[in-house]
Amino acid sequence: MGNLRSVQKAFEKVGCNAMITNNIDTIKNADKIVLPGVGAFRDGMKHLKELGLIDILNQEVIENKKPFLGICLGMQLIAKKSYEHGETDGLGWIDAEVIKFDFSSQSKKLKIPHVGWNNICYKNENRLFRDIANSSDFYFVHSYHFQSNEDVVTSTTDYGFDFVSSVNKDNIYAIQFHPEKSQVYGLKIIENFINLQSEF
Amino acid sequence: MLKHRVIPCVLLKDWQLVKSIGFEAFRTIGHPTSTARIYNARNVDELIVLDIDASLAGDEINREIITDIADECFMPLTIGGGINSIEDIYTVLNAGADKIAINSKALENINFIKEASSIFGSQCIVCSIDVKKVDGEYKVFNKSKGTLDIDPLDLAQKYQEYGAGEILLTSVDREGSTLGYDIELIQLFKNKLDIPIILNGGMSEPKDAVDAIENGADAVAAAYIFHFSRFTPDDIKQELMKHDIKVRNISCF
Repeated sequence: MGNLRSVQKAFEKVGCNAMITNNIDTIKNADKIVLPGVGAFRDGMKHLKELGLIDILNQEVIENKKPFLGICLGMQLIAKKSYEHGETDGLGWIDAEVIKFDFSSQSKKLKIPHVGWNNICYKNENRLFRDIANSSDFYFVHSYHFQSNEDVVTSTTDYGFDFVSSVNKDNIYAIQFHPEKSQVYGLKIIENFINLQSEF
Repeated sequence: MLKHRVIPCVLLKDWQLVKSIGFEAFRTIGHPTSTARIYNARNVDELIVLDIDASLAGDEINREIITDIADECFMPLTIGGGINSIEDIYTVLNAGADKIAINSKALENINFIKEASSIFGSQCIVCSIDVKKVDGEYKVFNKSKGTLDIDPLDLAQKYQEYGAGEILLTSVDREGSTLGYDIELIQLFKNKLDIPIILNGGMSEPKDAVDAIENGADAVAAAYIFHFSRFTPDDIKQELMKHDIKVRNISCF
Protein backbone atom coordinates (compact mmCIF):
# COMPACT_ATOMS: atom_id res chain seq x y z
CA MET A 1 0.00 0.00 0.00
CA GLY A 2 1.04 3.61 0.12
CA ASN A 3 -0.81 6.81 -0.08
CA LEU A 4 -0.64 7.88 -3.70
CA ARG A 5 -3.12 10.66 -3.09
CA SER A 6 -0.73 12.36 -0.63
CA VAL A 7 2.00 12.38 -3.25
CA GLN A 8 -0.36 13.64 -5.94
CA LYS A 9 -1.67 16.53 -3.86
CA ALA A 10 1.88 17.56 -2.96
CA PHE A 11 2.62 17.90 -6.69
CA GLU A 12 -0.64 19.80 -7.16
CA LYS A 13 0.29 22.09 -4.27
CA VAL A 14 3.37 23.30 -6.15
CA GLY A 15 1.37 23.79 -9.32
CA CYS A 16 2.04 20.58 -11.20
CA ASN A 17 -0.53 18.46 -12.95
CA ALA A 18 0.13 14.96 -11.61
CA MET A 19 -1.70 11.82 -12.67
CA ILE A 20 -1.88 8.50 -10.86
CA THR A 21 -1.61 5.93 -13.62
CA ASN A 22 -0.53 2.47 -14.69
CA ASN A 23 -1.33 3.20 -18.32
CA ILE A 24 1.59 2.76 -20.72
CA ASP A 25 0.56 5.59 -23.08
CA THR A 26 0.09 8.02 -20.21
CA ILE A 27 3.58 7.20 -18.96
CA LYS A 28 4.95 7.60 -22.48
CA ASN A 29 3.36 11.03 -22.82
CA ALA A 30 4.36 12.31 -19.37
CA ASP A 31 7.12 14.91 -18.98
CA LYS A 32 8.41 13.32 -15.84
CA ILE A 33 7.89 10.08 -13.96
CA VAL A 34 7.45 9.57 -10.20
CA LEU A 35 7.53 6.17 -8.57
CA PRO A 36 6.26 6.48 -4.99
CA GLY A 37 5.51 3.67 -2.64
CA VAL A 38 5.38 2.20 0.80
CA GLY A 39 5.41 -1.54 1.29
CA ALA A 40 7.44 -4.59 0.47
CA PHE A 41 10.03 -4.72 -2.32
CA ARG A 42 8.88 -8.06 -3.72
CA ASP A 43 5.25 -6.91 -3.98
CA GLY A 44 6.37 -3.70 -5.62
CA MET A 45 8.37 -5.50 -8.32
CA LYS A 46 5.62 -8.05 -8.77
CA HIS A 47 3.07 -5.32 -9.40
CA LEU A 48 5.33 -3.55 -11.87
CA LYS A 49 5.77 -6.83 -13.75
CA GLU A 50 2.10 -7.79 -13.68
CA LEU A 51 1.10 -4.35 -14.94
CA GLY A 52 3.67 -4.66 -17.72
CA LEU A 53 5.38 -1.43 -16.68
CA ILE A 54 9.02 -2.51 -16.56
CA ASP A 55 9.70 -2.14 -20.29
CA ILE A 56 8.07 1.27 -20.52
CA LEU A 57 9.97 2.49 -17.45
CA ASN A 58 13.27 1.28 -18.93
CA GLN A 59 12.41 2.88 -22.23
CA GLU A 60 11.35 6.26 -20.85
CA VAL A 61 13.89 6.61 -18.03
CA ILE A 62 16.98 4.83 -19.37
CA GLU A 63 16.67 5.33 -23.12
CA ASN A 64 14.69 8.58 -23.36
CA LYS A 65 16.27 10.06 -20.22
CA LYS A 66 13.00 11.35 -18.83
CA PRO A 67 13.46 12.87 -15.34
CA PHE A 68 12.55 10.26 -12.76
CA LEU A 69 11.91 10.57 -9.03
CA GLY A 70 11.77 7.47 -6.84
CA ILE A 71 10.30 7.97 -3.38
CA CYS A 72 10.86 5.56 -0.47
CA LEU A 73 10.18 2.09 -1.92
CA GLY A 74 10.39 3.78 -5.31
CA MET A 75 14.04 4.56 -4.51
CA GLN A 76 14.76 1.02 -3.42
CA LEU A 77 13.19 -0.48 -6.55
CA ILE A 78 15.84 1.11 -8.80
CA ALA A 79 18.56 -0.96 -7.09
CA LYS A 80 19.87 -4.22 -8.58
CA LYS A 81 18.69 -6.34 -5.74
CA SER A 82 16.87 -6.34 -2.41
CA TYR A 83 17.21 -8.73 0.49
CA GLU A 84 13.73 -8.05 1.86
CA HIS A 85 12.03 -11.43 2.45
CA GLY A 86 14.62 -13.35 0.44
CA GLU A 87 16.33 -12.03 -2.68
CA THR A 88 14.47 -10.05 -5.31
CA ASP A 89 15.85 -8.35 -8.39
CA GLY A 90 14.99 -4.68 -8.80
CA LEU A 91 14.97 -2.43 -11.85
CA GLY A 92 18.75 -2.40 -11.66
CA TRP A 93 19.26 1.20 -12.75
CA ILE A 94 21.88 1.70 -10.06
CA ASP A 95 24.44 -0.84 -8.92
CA ALA A 96 23.11 -1.06 -5.37
CA GLU A 97 21.53 -3.39 -2.88
CA VAL A 98 18.73 -2.89 -0.41
CA ILE A 99 19.35 -4.37 3.02
CA LYS A 100 17.69 -4.29 6.42
CA PHE A 101 18.95 -1.99 9.16
CA ASP A 102 21.32 -4.05 11.25
CA PHE A 103 22.41 -2.82 14.64
CA SER A 104 23.76 -6.16 15.90
CA SER A 105 27.34 -4.91 15.91
CA GLN A 106 26.41 -1.74 17.77
CA SER A 107 26.06 -1.10 21.47
CA LYS A 108 22.88 0.91 21.07
CA LYS A 109 20.05 -0.97 19.38
CA LEU A 110 17.88 1.47 17.52
CA LYS A 111 14.30 0.75 16.60
CA ILE A 112 13.25 -0.64 13.26
CA PRO A 113 11.46 0.81 11.33
CA HIS A 114 13.26 4.11 11.27
CA VAL A 115 10.29 6.45 11.65
CA GLY A 116 10.25 10.18 12.14
CA TRP A 117 12.03 13.42 11.32
CA ASN A 118 15.70 13.07 10.58
CA ASN A 119 18.20 15.31 8.85
CA ILE A 120 20.03 14.68 5.59
CA CYS A 121 23.70 15.59 5.07
CA TYR A 122 24.64 16.57 1.55
CA LYS A 123 27.43 14.68 -0.17
CA ASN A 124 27.58 17.07 -3.08
CA GLU A 125 25.59 19.88 -4.57
CA ASN A 126 22.41 18.63 -6.14
CA ARG A 127 19.69 20.35 -8.12
CA LEU A 128 17.03 18.53 -6.15
CA PHE A 129 18.20 20.34 -3.01
CA ARG A 130 18.34 23.83 -4.48
CA ASP A 131 17.42 26.48 -1.85
CA ILE A 132 17.24 23.91 0.93
CA ALA A 133 19.82 24.26 3.72
CA ASN A 134 22.12 21.34 4.36
CA SER A 135 21.07 19.20 7.34
CA SER A 136 17.36 19.94 6.93
CA ASP A 137 14.90 17.45 8.38
CA PHE A 138 12.67 15.14 6.39
CA TYR A 139 10.12 12.50 7.31
CA PHE A 140 11.25 8.87 7.07
CA VAL A 141 9.39 5.54 7.42
CA HIS A 142 11.41 2.46 6.41
CA SER A 143 13.08 -0.72 7.66
CA TYR A 144 15.41 -1.32 4.72
CA HIS A 145 18.03 0.97 3.27
CA PHE A 146 19.97 1.47 0.08
CA GLN A 147 23.64 0.54 -0.19
CA SER A 148 25.25 1.86 -3.33
CA ASN A 149 28.29 0.48 -5.15
CA GLU A 150 28.26 3.49 -7.46
CA ASP A 151 29.28 7.05 -6.74
CA VAL A 152 25.75 8.43 -6.92
CA VAL A 153 25.01 9.28 -3.29
CA THR A 154 23.73 12.84 -2.81
CA SER A 155 22.96 12.66 0.92
CA THR A 156 23.30 10.41 3.93
CA THR A 157 21.36 10.29 7.19
CA ASP A 158 22.51 9.18 10.62
CA TYR A 159 20.49 6.38 12.15
CA GLY A 160 23.00 4.38 14.13
CA PHE A 161 25.31 4.84 11.15
CA ASP A 162 25.22 6.96 8.00
CA PHE A 163 22.90 5.36 5.48
CA VAL A 164 22.17 6.55 1.95
CA SER A 165 19.12 8.83 2.02
CA SER A 166 19.23 10.02 -1.60
CA VAL A 167 20.93 9.31 -4.91
CA ASN A 168 21.17 10.91 -8.34
CA LYS A 169 22.49 9.49 -11.57
CA ASP A 170 21.87 11.51 -14.72
CA ASN A 171 18.09 11.92 -14.97
CA ILE A 172 17.39 9.48 -12.14
CA TYR A 173 16.69 10.98 -8.72
CA ALA A 174 15.67 8.96 -5.70
CA ILE A 175 14.99 9.81 -2.08
CA GLN A 176 14.34 7.53 0.87
CA PHE A 177 12.24 10.06 2.80
CA HIS A 178 8.71 11.26 2.04
CA PRO A 179 8.68 14.76 0.51
CA GLU A 180 4.86 14.75 0.59
CA LYS A 181 5.02 14.50 4.40
CA SER A 182 8.02 16.75 4.95
CA GLN A 183 6.32 20.12 4.99
CA VAL A 184 7.92 23.11 3.24
CA TYR A 185 11.26 21.46 2.45
CA GLY A 186 9.50 18.41 1.07
CA LEU A 187 7.36 20.57 -1.21
CA LYS A 188 10.52 22.44 -2.25
CA ILE A 189 12.11 19.17 -3.36
CA ILE A 190 9.06 18.41 -5.48
CA GLU A 191 9.20 21.91 -6.93
CA ASN A 192 12.90 21.47 -7.73
CA PHE A 193 12.11 18.17 -9.42
CA ILE A 194 9.38 19.61 -11.61
CA ASN A 195 11.67 22.51 -12.53
CA LEU A 196 14.37 20.17 -13.84
CA GLN A 197 14.89 20.66 -17.54
CA SER A 198 15.34 17.64 -19.74
CA GLU A 199 18.98 18.27 -20.49
CA PHE A 200 20.35 14.86 -19.74
CA MET B 1 19.42 11.59 14.47
CA LEU B 2 15.70 11.44 15.09
CA LYS B 3 14.05 14.52 16.50
CA HIS B 4 11.67 15.10 19.38
CA ARG B 5 8.26 16.14 18.11
CA VAL B 6 5.74 18.76 19.21
CA ILE B 7 2.29 17.65 18.10
CA PRO B 8 -0.99 19.55 18.23
CA CYS B 9 -3.73 17.13 19.28
CA VAL B 10 -7.26 18.19 18.46
CA LEU B 11 -10.68 16.69 19.09
CA LEU B 12 -13.46 16.40 16.57
CA LYS B 13 -17.13 16.49 17.56
CA ASP B 14 -20.18 17.23 15.40
CA TRP B 15 -17.94 18.29 12.51
CA GLN B 16 -16.29 20.88 14.71
CA LEU B 17 -12.97 20.94 16.44
CA VAL B 18 -13.52 21.08 20.17
CA LYS B 19 -11.50 21.42 23.32
CA SER B 20 -12.36 19.64 26.53
CA ILE B 21 -11.36 19.68 30.17
CA GLY B 22 -10.85 16.20 31.57
CA PHE B 23 -12.76 14.86 28.56
CA GLU B 24 -15.82 16.93 29.48
CA ALA B 25 -17.05 20.50 29.01
CA PHE B 26 -16.50 20.60 25.26
CA ARG B 27 -15.94 23.96 23.64
CA THR B 28 -16.01 24.56 19.94
CA ILE B 29 -12.72 26.01 18.77
CA GLY B 30 -13.07 26.05 15.05
CA HIS B 31 -13.54 24.24 11.81
CA PRO B 32 -11.35 21.20 11.26
CA THR B 33 -10.19 22.02 7.75
CA SER B 34 -9.15 25.57 8.54
CA THR B 35 -7.42 24.44 11.72
CA ALA B 36 -5.48 21.79 9.79
CA ARG B 37 -4.55 24.47 7.25
CA ILE B 38 -3.24 26.74 9.99
CA TYR B 39 -1.17 23.99 11.59
CA ASN B 40 0.21 23.08 8.18
CA ALA B 41 1.12 26.73 7.60
CA ARG B 42 2.81 26.74 10.99
CA ASN B 43 4.93 23.87 9.75
CA VAL B 44 4.13 21.54 12.68
CA ASP B 45 5.87 18.15 12.95
CA GLU B 46 2.68 16.13 12.97
CA LEU B 47 -1.04 16.44 13.75
CA ILE B 48 -3.27 14.17 15.82
CA VAL B 49 -7.04 14.34 15.33
CA LEU B 50 -9.29 12.29 17.60
CA ASP B 51 -12.91 11.90 16.57
CA ILE B 52 -14.78 11.68 19.86
CA ASP B 53 -18.17 11.30 18.22
CA ALA B 54 -17.04 8.16 16.48
CA SER B 55 -15.54 6.70 19.62
CA LEU B 56 -18.39 7.53 22.00
CA ALA B 57 -21.44 6.94 19.85
CA GLY B 58 -19.96 4.00 17.97
CA ASP B 59 -20.60 6.02 14.83
CA GLU B 60 -19.02 5.25 11.54
CA ILE B 61 -15.75 6.88 10.68
CA ASN B 62 -16.31 10.23 9.08
CA ARG B 63 -14.36 9.61 5.90
CA GLU B 64 -15.28 12.90 4.28
CA ILE B 65 -13.97 15.09 7.05
CA ILE B 66 -10.80 13.03 7.38
CA THR B 67 -10.16 13.47 3.65
CA ASP B 68 -10.69 17.23 4.00
CA ILE B 69 -8.24 17.41 6.89
CA ALA B 70 -5.68 15.16 5.16
CA ASP B 71 -5.81 17.32 2.04
CA GLU B 72 -4.47 20.23 4.11
CA CYS B 73 -1.67 18.26 5.76
CA PHE B 74 1.78 18.00 4.27
CA MET B 75 3.01 16.38 7.45
CA PRO B 76 2.16 13.07 9.12
CA LEU B 77 -1.43 12.84 10.28
CA THR B 78 -2.74 10.52 12.99
CA ILE B 79 -6.47 9.84 13.18
CA GLY B 80 -8.19 8.18 16.13
CA GLY B 81 -11.66 7.48 17.42
CA GLY B 82 -14.10 4.77 16.44
CA ILE B 83 -11.55 2.41 14.93
CA ASN B 84 -13.28 -0.95 15.33
CA SER B 85 -12.13 -3.08 12.44
CA ILE B 86 -9.38 -3.65 9.90
CA GLU B 87 -11.82 -2.18 7.39
CA ASP B 88 -11.95 1.05 9.43
CA ILE B 89 -8.16 1.29 9.27
CA TYR B 90 -8.21 0.91 5.48
CA THR B 91 -10.84 3.68 5.33
CA VAL B 92 -8.82 6.09 7.44
CA LEU B 93 -5.49 5.39 5.72
CA ASN B 94 -7.08 5.67 2.28
CA ALA B 95 -8.59 9.01 3.31
CA GLY B 96 -5.03 10.25 3.71
CA ALA B 97 -4.02 9.52 7.30
CA ASP B 98 -0.56 8.09 7.99
CA LYS B 99 -1.23 6.53 11.36
CA ILE B 100 -4.27 5.50 13.33
CA ALA B 101 -4.79 5.78 17.08
CA ILE B 102 -6.60 2.92 18.78
CA ASN B 103 -8.01 3.09 22.29
CA SER B 104 -11.26 1.27 23.23
CA LYS B 105 -10.89 -1.49 20.65
CA ALA B 106 -7.45 -2.42 22.00
CA LEU B 107 -8.81 -2.56 25.57
CA GLU B 108 -11.58 -4.82 24.37
CA ASN B 109 -9.41 -7.10 22.25
CA ILE B 110 -5.63 -6.80 22.34
CA ASN B 111 -5.25 -9.21 19.43
CA PHE B 112 -6.65 -6.46 17.24
CA ILE B 113 -3.32 -4.64 17.69
CA LYS B 114 -1.42 -7.71 16.52
CA GLU B 115 -3.64 -8.12 13.49
CA ALA B 116 -3.53 -4.43 12.58
CA SER B 117 0.23 -4.11 12.95
CA SER B 118 0.89 -7.23 10.91
CA ILE B 119 -1.23 -5.89 8.05
CA PHE B 120 -0.30 -2.20 8.11
CA GLY B 121 3.07 -2.25 9.89
CA SER B 122 3.64 -1.13 13.46
CA GLN B 123 4.73 2.32 12.26
CA CYS B 124 1.13 3.27 11.63
CA ILE B 125 -0.42 1.82 14.80
CA VAL B 126 -0.56 4.23 17.75
CA CYS B 127 -2.08 2.88 20.96
CA SER B 128 -3.76 5.52 23.04
CA ILE B 129 -3.91 5.11 26.81
CA ASP B 130 -5.91 7.47 29.03
CA VAL B 131 -4.84 7.59 32.64
CA LYS B 132 -6.49 8.79 35.84
CA LYS B 133 -5.01 8.91 39.30
CA VAL B 134 -7.25 7.19 41.84
CA ASP B 135 -6.25 7.06 45.52
CA GLY B 136 -2.66 7.84 44.62
CA GLU B 137 -2.42 5.15 41.94
CA TYR B 138 -2.46 5.51 38.19
CA LYS B 139 -5.24 3.57 36.48
CA VAL B 140 -6.35 3.20 32.90
CA PHE B 141 -9.45 5.23 32.14
CA ASN B 142 -11.97 4.64 29.39
CA LYS B 143 -14.53 7.19 28.24
CA SER B 144 -17.44 4.76 28.29
CA LYS B 145 -16.30 2.28 30.95
CA GLY B 146 -14.78 4.70 33.46
CA THR B 147 -11.74 3.87 35.57
CA LEU B 148 -10.43 0.35 35.09
CA ASP B 149 -8.26 -1.67 37.41
CA ILE B 150 -5.41 -1.81 34.90
CA ASP B 151 -1.89 -0.46 35.39
CA PRO B 152 -1.06 1.90 32.49
CA LEU B 153 2.58 0.79 32.20
CA ASP B 154 1.62 -2.90 32.11
CA LEU B 155 -0.87 -2.11 29.38
CA ALA B 156 1.66 -0.08 27.37
CA GLN B 157 4.19 -2.91 27.56
CA LYS B 158 1.57 -5.35 26.40
CA TYR B 159 0.63 -3.09 23.48
CA GLN B 160 4.30 -2.92 22.51
CA GLU B 161 4.58 -6.69 22.63
CA TYR B 162 1.52 -6.97 20.37
CA GLY B 163 2.97 -4.65 17.78
CA ALA B 164 2.08 -1.06 18.65
CA GLY B 165 4.42 1.47 17.06
CA GLU B 166 3.83 4.30 19.51
CA ILE B 167 2.00 5.07 22.74
CA LEU B 168 -0.12 8.20 23.14
CA LEU B 169 -0.27 8.65 26.90
CA THR B 170 -2.89 11.11 28.14
CA SER B 171 -3.39 12.24 31.69
CA VAL B 172 -7.13 12.81 31.97
CA ASP B 173 -6.60 14.76 35.20
CA ARG B 174 -4.27 17.19 33.44
CA GLU B 175 -6.12 17.31 30.11
CA GLY B 176 -7.20 20.92 29.51
CA SER B 177 -5.98 21.86 33.00
CA THR B 178 -2.94 24.04 32.21
CA LEU B 179 -1.21 22.50 35.23
CA GLY B 180 1.67 21.16 33.15
CA TYR B 181 2.32 17.57 32.17
CA ASP B 182 2.03 14.80 34.74
CA ILE B 183 5.76 14.34 35.31
CA GLU B 184 5.29 11.65 37.93
CA LEU B 185 3.39 9.62 35.33
CA ILE B 186 6.00 9.91 32.59
CA GLN B 187 8.76 9.06 35.06
CA LEU B 188 7.09 5.69 35.60
CA PHE B 189 7.44 5.06 31.86
CA LYS B 190 11.00 6.31 31.44
CA ASN B 191 13.22 3.69 29.74
CA LYS B 192 10.50 1.07 30.13
CA LEU B 193 9.44 0.91 26.47
CA ASP B 194 11.29 0.53 23.19
CA ILE B 195 8.64 2.45 21.27
CA PRO B 196 8.13 6.23 21.43
CA ILE B 197 5.80 7.74 24.01
CA ILE B 198 3.82 10.86 23.16
CA LEU B 199 2.83 12.56 26.40
CA ASN B 200 -0.44 14.46 26.34
CA GLY B 201 -2.43 16.60 28.74
CA GLY B 202 -1.66 19.80 30.58
CA MET B 203 0.97 21.76 28.70
CA SER B 204 0.51 25.45 29.46
CA GLU B 205 3.94 26.90 28.76
CA PRO B 206 7.00 25.88 26.71
CA LYS B 207 8.98 24.84 29.78
CA ASP B 208 6.43 22.03 30.40
CA ALA B 209 7.59 20.34 27.19
CA VAL B 210 11.21 20.44 28.39
CA ASP B 211 10.18 18.76 31.67
CA ALA B 212 8.22 16.09 29.80
CA ILE B 213 11.05 15.17 27.44
CA GLU B 214 13.77 15.32 30.09
CA ASN B 215 11.68 12.91 32.16
CA GLY B 216 11.10 10.32 29.48
CA ALA B 217 8.67 11.51 26.81
CA ASP B 218 9.82 11.15 23.20
CA ALA B 219 7.26 13.61 21.91
CA VAL B 220 4.73 16.00 23.41
CA ALA B 221 1.15 16.56 22.33
CA ALA B 222 -1.01 19.48 23.36
CA ALA B 223 -4.20 21.29 22.52
CA TYR B 224 -5.04 24.00 25.00
CA ILE B 225 -1.77 25.90 24.75
CA PHE B 226 -2.08 26.32 20.99
CA HIS B 227 -5.69 27.47 21.07
CA PHE B 228 -5.88 29.64 24.14
CA SER B 229 -2.43 31.06 24.64
CA ARG B 230 0.07 33.14 22.71
CA PHE B 231 2.43 30.16 22.36
CA THR B 232 2.83 28.39 19.04
CA PRO B 233 4.44 25.00 18.38
CA ASP B 234 7.54 26.92 17.25
CA ASP B 235 7.82 28.65 20.63
CA ILE B 236 7.83 25.24 22.28
CA LYS B 237 10.58 24.06 19.94
CA GLN B 238 12.69 27.17 20.54
CA GLU B 239 12.51 26.42 24.26
CA LEU B 240 13.46 22.76 23.68
CA MET B 241 16.44 23.87 21.58
CA LYS B 242 17.60 26.13 24.42
CA HIS B 243 17.78 23.00 26.56
CA ASP B 244 19.79 21.10 23.93
CA ILE B 245 16.85 18.86 23.05
CA LYS B 246 16.99 17.92 19.37
CA VAL B 247 14.00 19.14 17.41
CA ARG B 248 13.30 19.35 13.73
CA ASN B 249 15.08 22.11 11.87
CA ILE B 250 12.75 25.09 12.07
CA SER B 251 14.74 27.79 10.38
CA CYS B 252 12.48 30.02 8.34
CA PHE B 253 12.04 29.09 4.75
